[in-house]
Amino acid sequence: MALPKYTEMRYRVWHYSYLVICTAVFVFLIAPLFVIIPLSFNAEQYIHFSDGMLALQPEAFSLRWYEDMIYGTKNPWGIAARNSVYYAFFSTIGATVLGTVAALGLSSRYMPYKQLIMSVLISPMIIPLIISGSAIFFSLAKLGLAATFPGIVIAHIILGTPFVVITVTATLSGFDDSITRAASSLGSTPTNTFFKITLPLITPGIISGALFAFVTSFDEIVVILFVAGGDRNLTTIPLQMWTGLREQLSPTIMAVATCLIVLSTLILIVTELLRRRSERIRGISAQ
Amino acid sequence: MTAEIRTSDGELLSVKLKKVERRRRTTAFLLAAPLLFFIVFAYVIPIFQMLGRSIDNAEMNSFLTETHEVMQTWDGSEMPGEDVTSTFYYELKTAVENKYHGKIATRLNYEKGGFTSLIKKTSRKLKNFDENDNFLDQFIDVHKKWGNIEYWQALKRGTDAYHFRKYLTTFDYEQKFDGSIERIPEKLRINVTLWLRTIFVAVGVTFCCFILAYPISHLLSVLPTRYSNLLMICVLLPFWTSLLVRTSSWMVLLQKQGVLNDTLVSLGFVADESRLELMYNMTGTFIAMTQILLPFMVLPLYSVMKTISPSLMRAATSMGATPFHAFRKIYFPLTYAGISAGSILVFVLAIGYYITPALVGGAKGILISNRIAYHMQQSLDWSLATAMATVLLIAVLVVYWLYNKIVGIDNMRLG
Repeated sequence: MALPKYTEMRYRVWHYSYLVICTAVFVFLIAPLFVIIPLSFNAEQYIHFSDGMLALQPEAFSLRWYEDMIYGTKNPWGIAARNSVYYAFFSTIGATVLGTVAALGLSSRYMPYKQLIMSVLISPMIIPLIISGSAIFFSLAKLGLAATFPGIVIAHIILGTPFVVITVTATLSGFDDSITRAASSLGSTPTNTFFKITLPLITPGIISGALFAFVTSFDEIVVILFVAGGDRNLTTIPLQMWTGLREQLSPTIMAVATCLIVLSTLILIVTELLRRRSERIRGISAQ
Repeated sequence: MTAEIRTSDGELLSVKLKKVERRRRTTAFLLAAPLLFFIVFAYVIPIFQMLGRSIDNAEMNSFLTETHEVMQTWDGSEMPGEDVTSTFYYELKTAVENKYHGKIATRLNYEKGGFTSLIKKTSRKLKNFDENDNFLDQFIDVHKKWGNIEYWQALKRGTDAYHFRKYLTTFDYEQKFDGSIERIPEKLRINVTLWLRTIFVAVGVTFCCFILAYPISHLLSVLPTRYSNLLMICVLLPFWTSLLVRTSSWMVLLQKQGVLNDTLVSLGFVADESRLELMYNMTGTFIAMTQILLPFMVLPLYSVMKTISPSLMRAATSMGATPFHAFRKIYFPLTYAGISAGSILVFVLAIGYYITPALVGGAKGILISNRIAYHMQQSLDWSLATAMATVLLIAVLVVYWLYNKIVGIDNMRLG
């Protein structure tokens, strides 16, 4: 943002201090993440930048903590990663199907008690996780599902659906009804219209909702603390990190964290692509 | 009078339209129904059931039903009569035979300390009782605490089917045995401190997020898309990154031997022996929570600012307003929707925060959620935990209701 030549001095000062403030905030947001990455390649056992690292000596860096993460006998990261992916996969399918279907109903002009139902469906996102966690635990325990695979998947479906409902409803709110009317006036059955017209148009919304549900389950820590009940075979990456962080900050955790940062970068790229695609589709449908 | 309009199959148009509308309503509802029933049965009802635990004492009541009934006629001013003590003896005997006297001991211990050992010792000695002799004297012989009337009063109170005393405990009050309500001794008070701290942190973090988010959201909204998309990564990458990763990065930074202190020491700002205490206190909780929740403020603000036309500000300045005045009178009011959405989102998330305070906050930086978790998992005083959870839930629902009033749930957008 270049300033016009005639800008007064005080506004010039104000403008540059504004830019400095913005830079500082961006650094505050992103820098903590980047501190972790070099530390995970530390050759020493301590979590700090050694003199060798600061001097960029190659022997101060190593991959030993990544080896420890993968091959370390005491480290249950393998089981944790497998479980995390399983829970996230199944709960994403459940949350996406239930959430998308519900969003289709909620976007209808004829939906009765829309406000009330929407509030109920979104409540798992608003109510503090500590309350959700204990409530879900008590109800699963009553059904004998606490500390079981299906129990955890059910818990994660509950937490994931609000995100799917919100994103899909938002996509449908920009949806042009005349397209589906055109399809039916041309003799398409409602089912056919849905699969041939509506679904392809709202797919970006569904995928981004599914992504939210996936990340919600993959990162979820509070509810699983209650529901997994300390069973080592049911552990997840966040749960394992939580246990590790409570004992001691180890470089292995830094290695795991770095992997997770790489993963979130991938998710970010996917969401960005989705956003552009949906903007393009909207651009076409609006004109 | 106009002629009634009929459809081609001879039905009244108004009737037919109503039918179609009803069918559409049913279809819409049926689509939402599966998720609605799932959430109601798997989530909403369990929450109410759990909250019910805060006043529910039915199990205890069922263990000692008859004792409780007999005790209703006892006014508690002097030692109970033989009718009470004998009934209690027989019911305790049944409890020992069916091995649930341990539960009775734990529950009564919440009413008055010392009950655990009292019930356990009495249970062991029950077989030596002479059922034709005076029961009260025999109880006192087993343990002199039975001679203290307060234990009998606690027994009477502890067998009520419902009680609201945990809500008093939630705010550091207690009900004395004579029915008066008093604050608990000063050194035992912790809950009020935690409530105030939680509100302070939630409000403070929301305010800091607002202060930090406003300039960058503005910058993002006015920059050309090429640059703003790049800078948006700084907001979205933390947003998509696991909470534990971000918390651990703050632990790395804020530790006494951490990166921040190391840097300050090597730059000579701080002496090596007087390193700053940034973690395991409120400072740590506050800084970490602000950074973690910042994206939730930036995203709604950005989406609102994006819609504000730059020509409005230009019009104001061209008509003689100073940039500051134009900002205050034109730009700022236009961003109210974004501010309220972001603030309420951050506030609601902050008030229930659990993980970050537990890891970064230490004993001095924990919040009310940590206390709920402690009572859920360690002290196992579920009635107290759920009473606190109820208060927290009500607070959140009030804010949620406000959010709905101001912005509307339907307008909630993510990313």
